[in-house]
Amino acid sequence: MKEPDTSRIVARFHAARGAFRLDADLDLPGKGASAIFGPSGCGKTTILRAIAGLDRLAGSFLEVAGEVWQDESRGLFLPAHRRAIGYVFQEGNLFPHLTVQGNLEYGMRRRGAGAEAREHAMRLLGIGHLLGRTPRHLSGGERQRVALARALLAAPRLVLLDEPLASLDAARKREILPYLESLRDESGIPIVLVSHAVDEVVRFADHLVLLDRGSVVGSGPLGAMLARLDLPDILSNDIGVVVEGVAGDFDDAYRLLRLEVPGGSLRVTHPAVPRGRRMRVQIQSRDVSLCFEQPTGTSIVNLLPARVVSIKHEADAPGGHSLVLLDAAGTPLVARITRFSCDRLGLAPDMAVWAQIKAVAVLT
Amino acid sequence: MDEALHVTLFTLGVALLSTVMILPFGVALGWVLARRRWPGKVLVETLVALPMVIPPVATGLILLKLVGRRGPVGAFLENAFGLEIVFTWRAVVLASAVMSFPLLVRAARVAFEEVDVCMEEAARTLGAGPLDAFWSVTLPLARRGLFAGWVLAFARALGEFGATVMVAGMIPGETITLALGIYHRVQLGQDGAAFGLLMISAALAFGALWLGDRLSGNRAV
Repeated sequence: MKEPDTSRIVARFHAARGAFRLDADLDLPGKGASAIFGPSGCGKTTILRAIAGLDRLAGSFLEVAGEVWQDESRGLFLPAHRRAIGYVFQEGNLFPHLTVQGNLEYGMRRRGAGAEAREHAMRLLGIGHLLGRTPRHLSGGERQRVALARALLAAPRLVLLDEPLASLDAARKREILPYLESLRDESGIPIVLVSHAVDEVVRFADHLVLLDRGSVVGSGPLGAMLARLDLPDILSNDIGVVVEGVAGDFDDAYRLLRLEVPGGSLRVTHPAVPRGRRMRVQIQSRDVSLCFEQPTGTSIVNLLPARVVSIKHEADAPGGHSLVLLDAAGTPLVARITRFSCDRLGLAPDMAVWAQIKAVAVLT
Repeated sequence: MDEALHVTLFTLGVALLSTVMILPFGVALGWVLARRRWPGKVLVETLVALPMVIPPVATGLILLKLVGRRGPVGAFLENAFGLEIVFTWRAVVLASAVMSFPLLVRAARVAFEEVDVCMEEAARTLGAGPLDAFWSVTLPLARRGLFAGWVLAFARALGEFGATVMVAGMIPGETITLALGIYHRVQLGQDGAAFGLLMISAALAFGALWLGDRLSGNRAV
């Protein structure tokens, strides 16, 4: 038993609606962004609405930062308007009969975030010039930023995001994500995000909860979750791993940035950033290959010594691929190689190998 | 012409008073029908719609039996407050109110159904209790539809005849509205006077409906 941590968000939601069963025990960190990820209809939004108090599920329990908001075993249920939350809906849900300013003040007046908070939120989300407009005259991205600011000004102790980017096109998503990231990093308020988009999750989340048909199938820090081979194939496609590192030297001639990660460094094609900036990169498993000796004369610039942790064959028959989980002195990597290569190399746990990384995608 | 003016003002007053009286109840019932489910809802819906589908005279008869001196409601009002309803101006207001109520409720229900529940939920996540959310979000968003519904009810009250003639009779200077006046004049063989009242009546109805149409057609919020 670990010590109860009062900053955490602990929830137990159990409900049955027709054929759908929700059976979710959550234990989320009290800071950073937690993503509840899963396919449509897995119960993500149900959980978010239950956390907000918009739906009341029998037999539920919810504690946020040491404060019990719901405990049906004692008949305790705090209605939505008495929970210190900031909720951003898929479509933003700005009030069309109020201006941007009216929308922002709606929560402020009722929950009492001060003028200072307003200035901060407006700066954070860059909406100062929109105050006099009505939601009709905002772009999709602006609407979502105003909705975020409005949620923040309700003095929340928990921010809930229901697929806040789903209604936006790729360009608008790129516009919003930096704002979400500064919200996550600067506000100090924990965020719970619901999403079915892998790219949003790997870029934004610190903690990942995998949900499938109403049940939690895995929960943990993002990096560790992605490096787990035992999880069912919900993450589909090839996500690979997400690694956090610190920006180092910039090679002006070749436009390559050095990124210090646990166990070594990576060189990525990226414009110069201030030294020491934390960055998140994604390494897909199909871009990682393995060899026993340190390769020389290769075009691949990123080579890390690693140790085989475990191997998972995608199919029982020898025709398919194998996923090899590696530990590169603290940085987890997953290599997707053919079963043929795996068998020919005779890979087994604890073997020392070199991981060749063909491509590194910078997320932030 | 004095009489025409008096009848016109009386009709407008009755229509205004009756529709203002039913406004809070119609709005509340419209909201409940739009947002809540409960056993017996169909029964309430049917009862409310009844005056719209049965002959107005039949509604008038039911009212007469209820608020007549020997009716359960009428006897109580007379004993408790000394209030006489039947064959007074109060009966005209009552008949107008009952006959226009279904229109108001129907319009209010549609107006509330058009307000996305998500708007109310957003209000609640921002700290507004249910009543607060209703006043600050639902009502303003439904206001155009509600106002159009009120205008429709008002226009209906202006033209009310069948139920009114049953409970209020046709007492000159007391219960005669434009609609009753037209019938009354024709019966007396004074077609010219009837035609005058008809023109006023048509002008009022046209004005009210034009206003209502503009409001419901131009619903951009």
